[in-house]
Amino acid sequence: MLAIAVLAPLAGALLVGLLRPFVTRGMAVGLSVASLIISALAAIVTDYRHLVLQVPDHLVVLGPWISVAQFTPHWTLRVDTLSLVMVGMVSVVSAIIHVYSVGYMAGDRTEPRFFAYISLFTFAMLMLVTANNLLQLFFGWEGVGLMSYLLIGYWYDRASANEAAIKAFIVNRVGDLFFAVGIALTYLQFHSVDYSVIFNGATQAVSARYHVFGADLPVLEVISILLFVGAMGKSAQLFLHTWLPDAMEGPTPISALIHAATMVTAGVFMTVRMSPLIAQAPVAMDVIAVIGGATAFFAATIGCVQNDIKRIIAYSTCSQLGYMFLAVGVGAAPAAIFHLVNHAFFKALLFLAAGSVIHALAEEQDIRRMGGLWRKLPVTYVTMWAGALALAAIPPFSGFYSKDAILAAAFADHSASAMFGWLLGTLAAGLTAFYIVRLLLMVFHGTPRGPREAIAHAHESPLVMLGPLIVLAVGALASGFLLAPSFIGGRFGAFWSSSIALPAHGAVMQALHLVPVWAERMPLLLAIAGIGVAYWLYELAPGLPARLARALPGLYAFLLNKWYFDELYDAVFVRPAWRLARFIWRVGDEEVIDGIPDGIARLTSDASGQAVKLQSGSIAVYGFVMLIGLTVLITLFLLVR
Amino acid sequence: MNFPLLSLMIWLPLVGAGLMFVTQGNEIVAARNARWIALWTSLIVMILAIVMLLGFNPAAHDFQFTETAHWIPQFHVAYRLGVDGISLFFVALSALLTPIAVLASWRETRRVRDYMAAFLLLETMTIGMFCSLDFLMFYMFFEGVLIPMYVIIGVWGGERRVYAAIKFFVYTLAGSLLMLLALVWMWHNAGTTNMIVLMHTPIPPHIQDWLFLAFLASFGVKAAVWPLHTWLPDAYGEAPLPGTIMLAAVLSKMGAYGFLRFSLPMLPQASAYFAPLMFVLGIMAVIYISFAALAQTDMKRMIAYSSVAHMGLIVVGIFTFTVEGIEGALFQMVSHGLVIAALFLCVGVLLARGHSLRLDQLGGLAARMPVYAAFLMLFVMANVGLPGTSGFVGEILVMIGAIQVNFWVALLTGTGMILSVAYMLVLTRRVLFDHARGIASALIDDISGREWAMLAPLAILVIVLGFIPNGLTFAFNNAVKDLVHAHMSALGQAHLAMAKP
Repeated sequence: MLAIAVLAPLAGALLVGLLRPFVTRGMAVGLSVASLIISALAAIVTDYRHLVLQVPDHLVVLGPWISVAQFTPHWTLRVDTLSLVMVGMVSVVSAIIHVYSVGYMAGDRTEPRFFAYISLFTFAMLMLVTANNLLQLFFGWEGVGLMSYLLIGYWYDRASANEAAIKAFIVNRVGDLFFAVGIALTYLQFHSVDYSVIFNGATQAVSARYHVFGADLPVLEVISILLFVGAMGKSAQLFLHTWLPDAMEGPTPISALIHAATMVTAGVFMTVRMSPLIAQAPVAMDVIAVIGGATAFFAATIGCVQNDIKRIIAYSTCSQLGYMFLAVGVGAAPAAIFHLVNHAFFKALLFLAAGSVIHALAEEQDIRRMGGLWRKLPVTYVTMWAGALALAAIPPFSGFYSKDAILAAAFADHSASAMFGWLLGTLAAGLTAFYIVRLLLMVFHGTPRGPREAIAHAHESPLVMLGPLIVLAVGALASGFLLAPSFIGGRFGAFWSSSIALPAHGAVMQALHLVPVWAERMPLLLAIAGIGVAYWLYELAPGLPARLARALPGLYAFLLNKWYFDELYDAVFVRPAWRLARFIWRVGDEEVIDGIPDGIARLTSDASGQAVKLQSGSIAVYGFVMLIGLTVLITLFLLVR
Repeated sequence: MNFPLLSLMIWLPLVGAGLMFVTQGNEIVAARNARWIALWTSLIVMILAIVMLLGFNPAAHDFQFTETAHWIPQFHVAYRLGVDGISLFFVALSALLTPIAVLASWRETRRVRDYMAAFLLLETMTIGMFCSLDFLMFYMFFEGVLIPMYVIIGVWGGERRVYAAIKFFVYTLAGSLLMLLALVWMWHNAGTTNMIVLMHTPIPPHIQDWLFLAFLASFGVKAAVWPLHTWLPDAYGEAPLPGTIMLAAVLSKMGAYGFLRFSLPMLPQASAYFAPLMFVLGIMAVIYISFAALAQTDMKRMIAYSSVAHMGLIVVGIFTFTVEGIEGALFQMVSHGLVIAALFLCVGVLLARGHSLRLDQLGGLAARMPVYAAFLMLFVMANVGLPGTSGFVGEILVMIGAIQVNFWVALLTGTGMILSVAYMLVLTRRVLFDHARGIASALIDDISGREWAMLAPLAILVIVLGFIPNGLTFAFNNAVKDLVHAHMSALGQAHLAMAKP
């Protein structure tokens, strides 16, 4: 059953790709959507059987992959709670977004290509989450990266889309390099890349050392950090985050599926999957918590001043992923997955709703040219509020359950890195509520600021787009309290069984229900304050934000320019790389290395140029004579030696 | 004696080439005959190669399909042929790519008969070289490859063909002369040129060092190891496209094959001694050449540089002396042969449509040639080592071999993962995406039936090997394990000998 869930999208994509010349556009789209619906149904049935009816975990071996020496990864589907939760989330969200795309992409010239890409993406993502060894995970990892590249650059005649696509691939590859070295080091330590071998060996390997950076470091720390750098690239964490906002060049359903709900969470998933190993690496966990907390705060600050509707949500994604890493870092991996699932629903909802707005306004994305749209787009308006409240963590929406659990866990952990994460995460909770409510107010409330014509033409999206919004809105409302008891409640140990390992037997998970009330309620209070400030600034005193920006020009520019990361990287990496490239080619190769032999070559080439002209007869005969001559010469040389 | 399969594969193309000159008729008829003779001959050799692959027993440890005949018995030089897991796929690669090169030459109109004869001669030389088990024969085939290649570049090449051909010839010949010296010394030492005997004849360490350097000069030039690579962009750039394919896909492997066949088993101490140097050269190739590739403005040259950068990975893999690293290098060699040939074929598709290859004059082809775009994207991804393609298997195995040596070797070799993406994506963007520029804006056809016939088999192989690489690695296994084992025991003995004064 799981095999059907994983392979149906592949079959759909291949059929669309191969049969494209023979079927109509509608049939190709229908085929893709049908394959995803089959996948989602199969995933739901599998999840029901295993998670509710308690059918035991097992492996589905599809076949061998590589086998060299002890390096023998197989193509395998792993059935345990963690992979089932992910499969269910991925295939359901993907199916919903496939349906939405039927409406959103209608009229695009190469629609079947779009559907083939997202089906293939879904396949790669499912392979990633069901892997039973690091190498298959890496297969899915790179596969989703490729599809992300192709989909960001989907409108390939736009220069900005091309640049964003290349940037995404390269930044991801920086992380992937460390990930690949991490896999190699894992193999060196455990002589296998299979999860079971790694997890069983992790406790014995605690004392193993690896000599690198001039010191003997615990090998598990080194591996964990290498893997985490890979995760930072994929999940757009601080320092490797720059590609994600640019990735919004892709069609909006892609932003929802790949750059919010699924692919970018792969890094979080991977660190949770490797939790039996990472739990043995306390320093790596501190690093993860610090980076996660810092990203949550950093991205939220940028989100507060951006004006592109999709970029605001993109920074919000960065920030929310930071929360998930914070949870992993403080030893509350179940809370990370809980937030991951909730986030998938509400963030997909926010993006699809934004897509509905963009669609209605003929591709307008600047929130300064929107406003007062709620009468025109009532369904989008209501559903987007559901997503916004879930993101802002207002009860009873889903974000409240998971984000507050993460911050409570960070508070309960007491370590310095966890407190750092708690502090920044709590501040970010207030900022989150502020920027998302600011967005909603600017888009839907107040007076229309866009061109009169565009506003007049604005219209609610077709049913095929509104249906997915409503389904996701129900998810954003309900997934929190429905899933909380299993995911992080008292039964969490039984629910996750052996698929997640926690340091100190899950002490943090036990303690997160025992934090003091003020600490537990702090994020909610700040969120309400954030909403209040947003309401005051953008509804009651509309001139104030501009005055604030003028009063604090340095801070405003700093945030508006995203902490100048792009400029910094451009100056430090991109431009020097191009200069180095040209220098190496022009000076290194053509002058230095070629200089010496070229002097000799120039002499010979003159002489031989004449010789070549002399061969007016058959070249092949000439060549053959040379061959015979060589043979005769050597034979002679041997005989008269 | 068994059926002389290898001899047949070696000499049949030569017979085919001879046949072209026997047939009568005017120029047009002769050209047509030459094309069809070349195609059929190379296809028959390919079928023989498939027979060889099917008949190869991966469980056996010795050379297979061996043939021996007298040649110069008083000097213990003989006609000895055979293949093992290491050479097997290079024979197959040569046999697969020759018909593709012939097909790619189909539209050539200048002196077709000579041209086709040169490719068949090249096939004889390459297959002969990979099958030789006698050093002298190996040397003659190794040198013999130069002749048809030199002619192909010098006569049918681009504008600067003479310069490129001479550079190619002088570089490779200069290297090979040093190998000849090494050959003579080893022959003296062992009294025979039988390579199997040579592999088991110990050589004093200080002599090994000199021999190693002599081999490095020869194989290093052929494999275009940095900084001996500068002949390559010129030769690749100026050679006619089918010539470039053979150069990049088959000839560049001759050097790496030489390291595996000679340097490692015959000079174990020197190989270990010089391994750090080889890592540096390999890593330099990966980093330095990748940057040079990034600066290229011509599609063909960019792919040529990319080819050299990947050779760096292969060199690193070989000198890890681990089963994983060497099998990774071997796998990468086969994969690289397929992928780079396919990429150059993609260049040829544009050439055939009258395109400039300047990257600033291409663009927007994805809309006009979607099938072509799909093929090119697949091969680009295989070139950057995306999992699911053959390129990945070799890359990850080399990395796993490299980390057993040193963290930094693995990390720096791995930077190719990032750099290759950088220049290959610049290439795809300039060729496939953006707006159509220059001649690309004219209406042009997607790929033809003949081009399908060349690209589709390579595409299928690249994907199949990406998902089920075991077909190859099983065949490598015994040969590589024996090689690593012999290498380690030779080092162990040397260690013991040093310990006992």
